[in-house]
This record gives sequence, structure tokens and C-alpha cells, in this order.
Amino acid sequence: MDLILEGIKKAFWLLVTLDPEVLRITFLSLQISGTATLISLFIGISTGVMVALSRFTGRRIVVSLINTGMGLPPVVVGLFVTIFLWRNGPLGFLGILYTPAAMIIAQAVIATPIVMGITLAAIQQLPQKLRLQILALGATRLQMVWILIKEAKLPLLAAVMAGFGGVISEVGASIMVGGNIKGYSRVLTTATVMETSRGNFDIAIALGIILLLLAFCINYIITQIQQRHRA
Amino acid sequence: MIKSTPILEAKNLKVERGGTLLLDVPSLSIDKGEILALIGPNGAGKTTLLQTLSYLSKPFQGEIFFKGENVNSVCPVFEYRRKLAMVFQEPLLFDTTVFNNVASGLKIRGMRRNEIRDRVIEQLDRFGISHLSHRSAKTLSGGEAQRTNLARAFALQPEILLLDEPFASLDPPTRESLMEDLEHILCQTQTTAILATHDRMEALRLSDRIAVMNVGKILQIGSPSNVMNQPLDEFIASFVGVETILPGKVVKKNGGSFLASVSGKEIEAVGEVHLGETVILCIRPENVILSAHLSKETTSVRNVFQGKIERIVPFGLYQKVQLGCGFPLVAYVTNHSLEELSLTEGKEVRASFKATAIHVVRKGES
Repeated sequence: MDLILEGIKKAFWLLVTLDPEVLRITFLSLQISGTATLISLFIGISTGVMVALSRFTGRRIVVSLINTGMGLPPVVVGLFVTIFLWRNGPLGFLGILYTPAAMIIAQAVIATPIVMGITLAAIQQLPQKLRLQILALGATRLQMVWILIKEAKLPLLAAVMAGFGGVISEVGASIMVGGNIKGYSRVLTTATVMETSRGNFDIAIALGIILLLLAFCINYIITQIQQRHRA
Repeated sequence: MIKSTPILEAKNLKVERGGTLLLDVPSLSIDKGEILALIGPNGAGKTTLLQTLSYLSKPFQGEIFFKGENVNSVCPVFEYRRKLAMVFQEPLLFDTTVFNNVASGLKIRGMRRNEIRDRVIEQLDRFGISHLSHRSAKTLSGGEAQRTNLARAFALQPEILLLDEPFASLDPPTRESLMEDLEHILCQTQTTAILATHDRMEALRLSDRIAVMNVGKILQIGSPSNVMNQPLDEFIASFVGVETILPGKVVKKNGGSFLASVSGKEIEAVGEVHLGETVILCIRPENVILSAHLSKETTSVRNVFQGKIERIVPFGLYQKVQLGCGFPLVAYVTNHSLEELSLTEGKEVRASFKATAIHVVRKGES
């Protein structure tokens, strides 16, 4: 019990004194996961809408693949991103393995199918006739897509939450492609793993609390936006 | 009067899906300012026709001319759609305020903000929903939502307004008030409109011309009185509310009128027929007069039959009385006369209808 109490006490101290190492780790986490989420939103929403609106042979297989991708194990993503970025790998010439850039790539790969899958479902849930109505109002195809995205904004906010929540709390891929280098590629999750294994529970608990707080804050903001639209 | 170019003209329209011909309209034209009603049962092709005319249902064969210009040559196609407005049965409003919904089509056209505001305010006022302007469309009742939908369409000041069963999912009082407003606004704005409906009363009330459709074809097109009183065949007759449709054989000719034998009874009707020919006699229920006096008085009406009331069914403001007088006959009576004549099921009454009130369809005549 002492261990936990002592840990929490120290963690609290680290937080209120704004420990520079803890702050740096937190900012890097936000930066990497935020960028990865933005990339995944761009690719996921555009592809998701495209698949939702088009009819082609093999569409079912594509949809199944996207849905499977929503549950992609981070370690598998970490493995393949590592292989691709390895010195002799196809993208080895970039020389970005064990950098934040590699972590952004890995996290974007994890988040993109999540965003894509939710977008696909959200657009398909809109009434079929809504598309006709939008076209009948004189919209170009691009205008129609934009209006549909606006109509599906609530589930799309859920996609943002799910994507960001998935990558900020992910550890496997980050440690594999980022290397947990102090002051460079160390993020909340990888630092928590390391400090725990060293027995530095106080720091680990502090990092854990920050992670929880971050997750809560972001979800709270997005939920606020969602609820505002409910009558 | 010189006949001007119709605002919309369709030639040889055909829509086929999965080997089934959904639409087959060799020609159709609508004049500026005219209101055309498409009536027919579900699956008659009314929606397909509207969607084809607005280039929403593709692919199709045939050509559509807007003010004499082939729409195929209008590129891109949204330029053509921007001349029209479509109102569906479901309001299909966007998840935003009523104001923004009414403004949506104008925003799509990239109109200036001030201009949009003026037009939206005008339409909100016209449809009596100004007080809902800032409400979320999700919180509207069915009638309010459909008013918003109509306002959205009228805000575009369309050259042609396409209405696909706009009242079908509304409750009767709401439908009545909205129809009254629409009738007024259509008349005021002189908007050309095509209205698809399965309700002949709606068509009668709003349209200048009626087209009866079934299985993708236009069976008859003409003025409301032409379609209602001179249906071309039995299907149209039953659809436009002719309750009594009797096949009979011409047994005697007498100048312009003739006698037809129907289940052993003789009915006098007017028309050019051959002796021995089979004809279909169509009698509208409002033309049948019931009387409780069984004694045969001398009247100018030749068709007088005694029969038993088999069923009395409430039918809107009227009561629908089904008689058996050797052949089935249906009459409408008001609630007042139902009481006055003390009509009940099983009672014997006398039914009469004029020979001139019978519409004669000749079999084999097309």
C-alpha cells in the first residue's frame, strides 16, 4: 500500500511542479499522435466517403478489409513499419527509423482504418435519397460529398475520438519504430513502460495520470460538441 | 393563340433496370405555367419519370428538351438541375437550422449572403414558418418539416418544380392546410410544376392536366374532367374513382342512345356503338341518386333500379353505399341524407342515374 501512496504523492508533486521531463514527454506525445490523427482523418475520410458512394465489384471485400483494419494489432504495424524503414528496407533510404516521423507513420497506419471504417458506416447510414436531394438542389459532386460529410459530422467526431484515443494510448508500435530515445522519441506510453520496468513507480504513475487526463479532456471536448447538437 | 415551345419535352424515354422496363414514355410535354399531375398506383413509374426528367435516375434512353434545347448538350448536368427543384415525400432536411435549410440550395449556387437572406425570409414568411427560423430541423413536426422542404424548393425560384408525393406522409389536417397553401403559392408564382401522387383528389385540386400512369406507361393524359369522366379503360376508371364498372352487351340501339344488358338488367346509355358489341359502363358514385320511395314515379331518368343495401362504409365526408340490384352499384350520400332516408344495411331502396352520366368504354377500341 505504501508503494502506491508514495507513488501517487510523488506523482502529484511531479505534476504540480511541472517537471520539465514530464512536460516534454507530454508535448511530444500530443504532437506525434495529433499529427498522426490529422493524417488519418485526411486519408480515412476521403477514402471512406469514396468507398461509401461507389459501387464496384469486390466492394464487399474492400469493406471487410477496412473493418478488419480497424482492429489492426499495433505490434504488427510496428513490425511492418520497422521492416519498411530498415536500412535495407524499401523505404530505408529515408533514414527515419527511430525518429518521431517513423512514429507518426506507424500511428497513422493504425488510426487510418479506424477513421475510414467509421466514415464508411456514417455515410452509408445517411438516407439514400439524401444524395438525390442534394443533387436535385443543384450540387456538383464535390459539393454533394462536402454536404454529406457535414451531415455525418457527429459520427465523424466519434471517428476523431476513436482514432486519437487509439494512437495516444498505443505503445507497441511506438516503441518498435521510435526506440524510446530520451528527449527525442520518448512518449507517455513508452516512458511508462520503461519507468515501470525500472521500478520507478512514482514517475510511471504520474505519466499514467497524464495519459488518462489527456484522454478524458479530449473526449470531454468532443462530447461537448456532440451534445450541443442534440436538442 | 400561337403554341409556344413547351418548357419541357421528353421523347422516347425508356428506363430499364435488370431487364425490367420501368419507364416507357414515347412523348410528354409540359407548357410554361402548367401544373401536370401524374397519378397511378405504387410502382406505376411516377417517381422514375420525375427522377429521369431531372437527370437523377441514370442511365436512360431518350431525349429531354428544356425550352427546346436538348439537355444532353448541357454540360455539366448540374447546370440543368439548377433550373429545377425537387420535393420528395420525405422532407430530407439537413442537420442544421430551418433558415440554413431553406438557404441550402442558394448556397450551393454560390449566391451572395444578403441576397440569400432576403429570399429565405420571403419563403419562410410565405410558408408561415418564420417563427421556426432558428430552430433545428431535427425538432420539427412532420408538417413543419415539409413546409421547410417546400420553402427550400421555392427559394430557388425554379423554372419547373417537381413534387414527388409531397403530402403522402402527413396526417389529414396537416395535409389539408399545406395543400391549401401550396395551391395558393403555385397560383401566385405561376410556377410550372409536375406533381406525382396516388391521390386523385390531390391531382384534381392542384393540376391543369392529369396523366394516369401504370407499369411505366402513361395510359391517358388530359384535362381533369376528361380523365375523370371519360376514362379510356377499366383500370383508369377504377383509379380515378369510378366505383361502378359494368361490362354489358348492346342489345338495342335507339338514335344516339342504346340499351345494354348487364346481368339480365337493361341499362340505357349514350354513345356510338354497334349492336351486339361488348361495352364497359362506368358510373361515378356521385351521379347515383338514392331514394327511399319504392313506388315507380314517372321521371325523365330512364335508369331506375330497385336494390338492397349490402354495405355502408364511411368515406371521408360521405358514406359509400354499396347496392345489389342485379348488378353491383355504388353511390355516395352525405351523412345528412343517410339519416334523412334512414338508410341501413339490408334496406330496399331505389337507385337512379341518368343515361348521360354513364361513360361508355368500347372494348377493342383504343
